Amino acid sequence: MTATEGATPTIVLVGHGMVGQRFLEAIAERGLTATHRVVVLCEEPRPAYDRVALTSYFSGRTAEDLSMTDMAFIETHGIELYVGDPAETVDREAKEVVARSGRVFAYDTLVLATGSFPFVPPVPNKDAEGCFVYRTIDDLLAIEKYAATATTGAVVGGGLLGLEAAGALKGLGLTSHIVEFAPRLMPVQVDAGGGAALLRTIEDMGLTVHTGVGTQEIVVDESGAVTGMRLSDGSELATDLVVFSAGVRPRDQLARDCGLTVGERGGIAVDEQCRTVTDPHVFAVGECALAADGRVYGLVAPGYEQAETAAAAIAADESEQLSFTGADLSTKLKLLGVDVASFGDAHGAAEDCLDVVYSDSRAGLYKKLVIGRDGTLLGGILVGDADAYGTLRAFTGSVPPVAPESLVLPAGAGESVQLGPSALPDEAIVCSCHNVSKGTIRAAVTEHSCTTVPEVKKCTKAGTGCGSCVKVLGQLVTAELEASGVEVDKGLCGCFAQTREELYEIVLALRINTYQDLLDRYGRDGARGGDGCDVCKPAIGSIIASLAPTIGASGYVLDGEQAALQETNDHFLANLQKNGSYSVVPRIPGGEITPEGLIVIGEIARDFGLYTKITGGQRIDMFGARVEQLPLIWTRLVDAGFESGHAYGKSLRTVKSCVGQTWCRYGVQDSVRMAIDLELRYRGLRSPHKLKSAVSGCARECAEAQSKDFGVIATANGWNLYVGGNGGATPRHADLLAQDLTDAELIRLIDRFLMFYIRTADRLERTSTWLERIPGGLDHVRDVVVEDSLGICEELESLMTAHVAHYADEWATTINDPEKLARFVSFVNAPDTPDPVVGFVPEREQIKPDLPLLTIGHRPLEGSAQR
Amino acid sequence: MTLAPETTDLKVQLQLEEGGPDWFTVCDLSRLVPGRGVAALLPDGRQVALFRDRSGSLYAVDNRDPFSGAAVLSRGLTGTDRGRPFVASPLLKQRFDLVSGECLDDATVRIATYEVRAA
Repeated sequence: MTATEGATPTIVLVGHGMVGQRFLEAIAERGLTATHRVVVLCEEPRPAYDRVALTSYFSGRTAEDLSMTDMAFIETHGIELYVGDPAETVDREAKEVVARSGRVFAYDTLVLATGSFPFVPPVPNKDAEGCFVYRTIDDLLAIEKYAATATTGAVVGGGLLGLEAAGALKGLGLTSHIVEFAPRLMPVQVDAGGGAALLRTIEDMGLTVHTGVGTQEIVVDESGAVTGMRLSDGSELATDLVVFSAGVRPRDQLARDCGLTVGERGGIAVDEQCRTVTDPHVFAVGECALAADGRVYGLVAPGYEQAETAAAAIAADESEQLSFTGADLSTKLKLLGVDVASFGDAHGAAEDCLDVVYSDSRAGLYKKLVIGRDGTLLGGILVGDADAYGTLRAFTGSVPPVAPESLVLPAGAGESVQLGPSALPDEAIVCSCHNVSKGTIRAAVTEHSCTTVPEVKKCTKAGTGCGSCVKVLGQLVTAELEASGVEVDKGLCGCFAQTREELYEIVLALRINTYQDLLDRYGRDGARGGDGCDVCKPAIGSIIASLAPTIGASGYVLDGEQAALQETNDHFLANLQKNGSYSVVPRIPGGEITPEGLIVIGEIARDFGLYTKITGGQRIDMFGARVEQLPLIWTRLVDAGFESGHAYGKSLRTVKSCVGQTWCRYGVQDSVRMAIDLELRYRGLRSPHKLKSAVSGCARECAEAQSKDFGVIATANGWNLYVGGNGGATPRHADLLAQDLTDAELIRLIDRFLMFYIRTADRLERTSTWLERIPGGLDHVRDVVVEDSLGICEELESLMTAHVAHYADEWATTINDPEKLARFVSFVNAPDTPDPVVGFVPEREQIKPDLPLLTIGHRPLEGSAQR
Repeated sequence: MTLAPETTDLKVQLQLEEGGPDWFTVCDLSRLVPGRGVAALLPDGRQVALFRDRSGSLYAVDNRDPFSGAAVLSRGLTGTDRGRPFVASPLLKQRFDLVSGECLDDATVRIATYEVRAA
């Protein structure tokens, strides 16, 4: 009965998790949202979010970042979404759902996507104060709050989620324990050898692991709060907080209550179309469903597949008969920084199968492939290094073209073979989240003219799920482009065939300190001996300036040949504005300025008639200076103790700060002092693009450090360093690089990070895009700058030390150099005549440019367009 | 004197009218840094941007950027594109052929050019 809505059939979806949201997208794609009323009942107070990435909440991602729900999508498709209002009862006779709020919804089709609930073993005091589960954002918020008063935490369960939870507790500053009943960690995914490699690595991180023991009782004090756990070996573990992460169970109570058939061990029984076996009008998808193959799938990829299957069945489209008969349980994870992957028949359950194992417990590596008698790759386990996962998983079920043992040996070992994805057959599944084959990806390039990974992702959806296949995707796209004859010229410009990174290495290694020398020796054939161009000149000028003290070049950007390489802003040490005048920004480190300093700036601006504005970087910008006025303005600023703020350079701009512990009642560190220290350390550092920074004195983050290239947030124990943030046109939240650093550790890490960025970024590539682009992303950067995996940190630090030691204020240098001063004139033949084009008119008690009338050229061509 | 005589003695001169007899002296040749420009003011108020390239060739074009109206072309970066010497506007980066005045990024736009010599 759909009396209230007339003839429009209604679909009611119960549950708005990841699979529920996917179901909505699947029915919208099939046009069902246009023909149906769609009602969604969501128990949690927020719509669908990325539960798989839940733990990243603790590394700085907010609930908003985790959201998977585009409200515009919900609105565009007229979906009625009720959050915080779960379904309470279902009346299948009347075809009605009653929500907790009392709302009643009649349905034609009911879809249950209620997910699962964490299993809590029935031990005494399991509900005591200090006991938690790890499933929702609200669970995390509760753990975070309780952990603030705790010192030790224990996680019951050493599976996938348990390890994540333990890592989160450690991140919250607790001494962390993992208690696992099975004899090894991650018993479902890895075997004894993999478990041993994992155990060693995790213990090295300072976590304590107790395997082969069960939890018998939670010990509480007189107030009822947790004080410890009694274990099955008779020992007692003291802990302030317990997180149960011992697996999940399907949430099928609603289904049981309305008489739907459920499995013996739970799960709503469905057929291959995900329709419940009891009622043709009711479907179940995701972790609450017992699939036709008798299994409950707890991974998101099979859940997505079920959502698509149910949507296709509801659409009853003859052309698209999907069925869900089971799914691949392959997983690749990064747990506490350790790669763990298992795929196919990981435990070698097939008859007569053979193992190929490579194990290096010193390096925490364990790789096992399961091979059939005929050489077919059946499955495998990778711990410590799962780079080959994408390729190996796609080969599963076929005979790889090389000997299997060569696939598990580390790179560089004699027989090791790096089997590229080009060897994969077309039908191999590259993206298992979205079931995208290699053939589909190739077609995106050859038939749909995609030329980049983002385009292919958009076209095929590949790589938009868990993201583990993106690396393979990139290799396939490049291979396909090259195969189709598209020459991928990675050169910097028409003058150089090398990338910026390659040119940097050449300049540094060979100590080349002039642009002409570099062009004549390493330029493209036709460019040698020439004048270069406007792309490579500033890029090489920047590299030479970054490395100046090390390669023996002048550190002053207007010296000799370097002057000809600089963009106009760097050449005039000021910012060119639209009418040909300049703006001037003195450095105000950390945004701290004395009243006398403010008065000097005010007097200068008044005396030269400049327009003043406070910038976003806690500084003061003075606009409307004529080129010949610049040295006069600088002289007065330098006399008052100011120096260049480098607002014109691809270099450090500003280190913003909040007022910090000194004044603020919430502050936990002196953010102003740190901001000043950082700004003075990195001032004048030329880089591929501008660099912005900020320091916040507490987690309230008033300085907005997470939107900066490098941002620092104070903690009770020191500083957290975030990198790769950006505001602007494509905002990006910075990623946490390291936590609880001392002052010295913080500065050393920023030294390394900045120098590594300067070394490897493309021209005009901000840290945010650089982090997204470079292979391995944040993990690789962390390996290099924290773990020193490339062994270059000493060099990076010494390059920075040389920069700091040789810094000199460019304004002061210029005003003391008569030859350079001669360049700051309006006309070479009439230095006392101001440029008549630069004029101003009043606005809001200041000035603004009086824009010249535009004529296209002095002698406009016949028929040229007016602009 | 330790300065090189060939740069101290030579003057940069512009031809005010195409094919005309008058050469207007702007400055010493030594004021031109290879790869960079300077601005000059003509008696009738026009502005000229003067450049010198690596090989010593001189170029002179109108100083006004036709896309913004500002007199800034003398402050742009120079280079060569397939053998054609150009200056890129420092404002919105359009490139202009220093010999023909043609805009390399918009063929409908052209700026004035001047005969220039060192004498």
